[in-house]
Amino acid sequence: MDPIKEAMLHRSKAAKLERRGRWISFTCISIIVLVVVAIFSFVATRGLATFFDNKVNLWSFLSKTTWSPAVKDAHGAPQVGALPMIVGSFGVTFLSAIVATPFAVGAAIFMTEISPQVGKRVLQPVIELLVGIPSVVYGFIGLSVVVPLIRNVFGGTGFGILAGTFVLFVMILPTVTSMTVDALSAVPRHYREASLALGGTRWQTISKVVLRAAMPGILTGVVFGMARAFGEALAVQMVIGNAALLPQNLISPASTLTSVLTSGIGNTVMGSLENNALWSLALLLLLMSLAFNLLIRWIGKKGEMK
Amino acid sequence: MDAKQKDKLATGILYAIAGIIVLLLASLLGYILIQGLPHVSWHFLTSPAKAFEAGGGIGIQLFNSVYLLVLSMLISVPIALGAGIYLAEYAKANWITDVVRTAIEILSSLPSVVVGLFGFLVFVLQFNFGFSILSGALALTMFNLPLLTRNVEDSLRQVSFAQREAGLALGLSRWETVIHVVIPESLPGIITGMILGAGRVFGEAAALIYTAGQSAPALNFSDWNPFDIASPLNPIRPAETLAVHIWKINSEGIQPDAAAVSAGASAVLILAVLLFNILARFLGNRLYRKMTAES
Repeated sequence: MDPIKEAMLHRSKAAKLERRGRWISFTCISIIVLVVVAIFSFVATRGLATFFDNKVNLWSFLSKTTWSPAVKDAHGAPQVGALPMIVGSFGVTFLSAIVATPFAVGAAIFMTEISPQVGKRVLQPVIELLVGIPSVVYGFIGLSVVVPLIRNVFGGTGFGILAGTFVLFVMILPTVTSMTVDALSAVPRHYREASLALGGTRWQTISKVVLRAAMPGILTGVVFGMARAFGEALAVQMVIGNAALLPQNLISPASTLTSVLTSGIGNTVMGSLENNALWSLALLLLLMSLAFNLLIRWIGKKGEMK
Repeated sequence: MDAKQKDKLATGILYAIAGIIVLLLASLLGYILIQGLPHVSWHFLTSPAKAFEAGGGIGIQLFNSVYLLVLSMLISVPIALGAGIYLAEYAKANWITDVVRTAIEILSSLPSVVVGLFGFLVFVLQFNFGFSILSGALALTMFNLPLLTRNVEDSLRQVSFAQREAGLALGLSRWETVIHVVIPESLPGIITGMILGAGRVFGEAAALIYTAGQSAPALNFSDWNPFDIASPLNPIRPAETLAVHIWKINSEGIQPDAAAVSAGASAVLILAVLLFNILARFLGNRLYRKMTAES
């Protein structure tokens, strides 16, 4: 056959390579999607077994306060009330976010508005290092510094929501700060110039103009920090005291969804009610992380600068 | 109080906040290093841990951490590269891409303990790998993939479009343009991201306690056959890492010197993370200069 015709009829080497490359990269992305789907389906099947196989009432799971899956109550229903863990998780999450937000926003304002040079040279690396410190190290410091401190100041054992809040505050501070910095630097320069030209002081400009314009970005940062705090396991588990009781105050031993999971899942038999109940907690954790995700998207959509 | 005084007050408060944060990090690092470094010796770094008595080291845990890190990076880097290339170069703006992006976002925000439990369910039980380095490496891969992918995609996107046009104009296919033009240009960013990811993996524990296990059987460091059970290279032996070790001895340990061992191990962990950070900066800058011929 005529070589030109042949070349026209067959795919060139480059075209084959192109197809192969495209196929390889598509496979990689499919693996990631597959992993996400698998995580949801596996955890959901396990977690829902408590309600379908063991016939636990969803409402009593969410609202009862006694967590001892091995023991049955007077009606023969297993005692799986997850409220103490839910309260614990939300408690440390909200408290640490409340404590961390002013610090994070303050630091971010300092880095973008007050002294960008010091911010870039000193605070930026500090924040990056804080992100890098492994969570077990935070847990260890919490255990050896924060817990004894609380014990000496407030009495009690020192373990509890207050200690958890303190550890999580340091852990989410860098996350919230760096996202707030991004939000603040995204505010156009002429906003500031307009305010200053009207005679506003620097603080008036920051509080009345810059912060308002950057509000959606700051909120996103805070929600990100909360998602991180909600899912953090080991550091919290080391300082919270691990008692599945409804917390009486900030310094009584408590537990979170993650702490019960880490300490419990190895000690139960697969497929038993004790085990299924723990998987339900994992499912709850998964759904909450999904909820945080949706919240972030919603804020992003609402706050889009037009 | 008039506006000017308010301004001064607010500035003062902001300076104070910045100072507090710097002080916080300084005291954290100072505490760990002052408490930990005196325990770090050659003996501590190389001898095996002891369960019931004082004087144990972290030799096996340190090796496990490094091995696990290498193995998980070997699995996750190629996948992240491929996925990042797809997102940056091939993905069209349609609903499939939206789904993919959402999936990556969700995966990156999943609590690491959930990833660990999924690894336990699938790799340890379903695939019967047991508590092993392999299960741990796969769990870490899932934990690391979304962030690596995003890093690769961002680095690729920073390459100017003219570079791609030049490649295409020379008659290269899209794939060849990516491999020979775009990736070399974005390599510094990609490498920096990978090293930072490695630092994150090195300190991760929650995803590992139910996948790589919480025990560190004795290893025979003269046996390098990966199929022997005592060989350090065997991928299906249980392997407690450094981070898991710190958690384990603090929450369940009965060693009399648990505090000292965990302080020492924390110091080693922090130094490793610091090293990764410095390495990422240094190598990134250096590579950038080398590849862009900017002196």
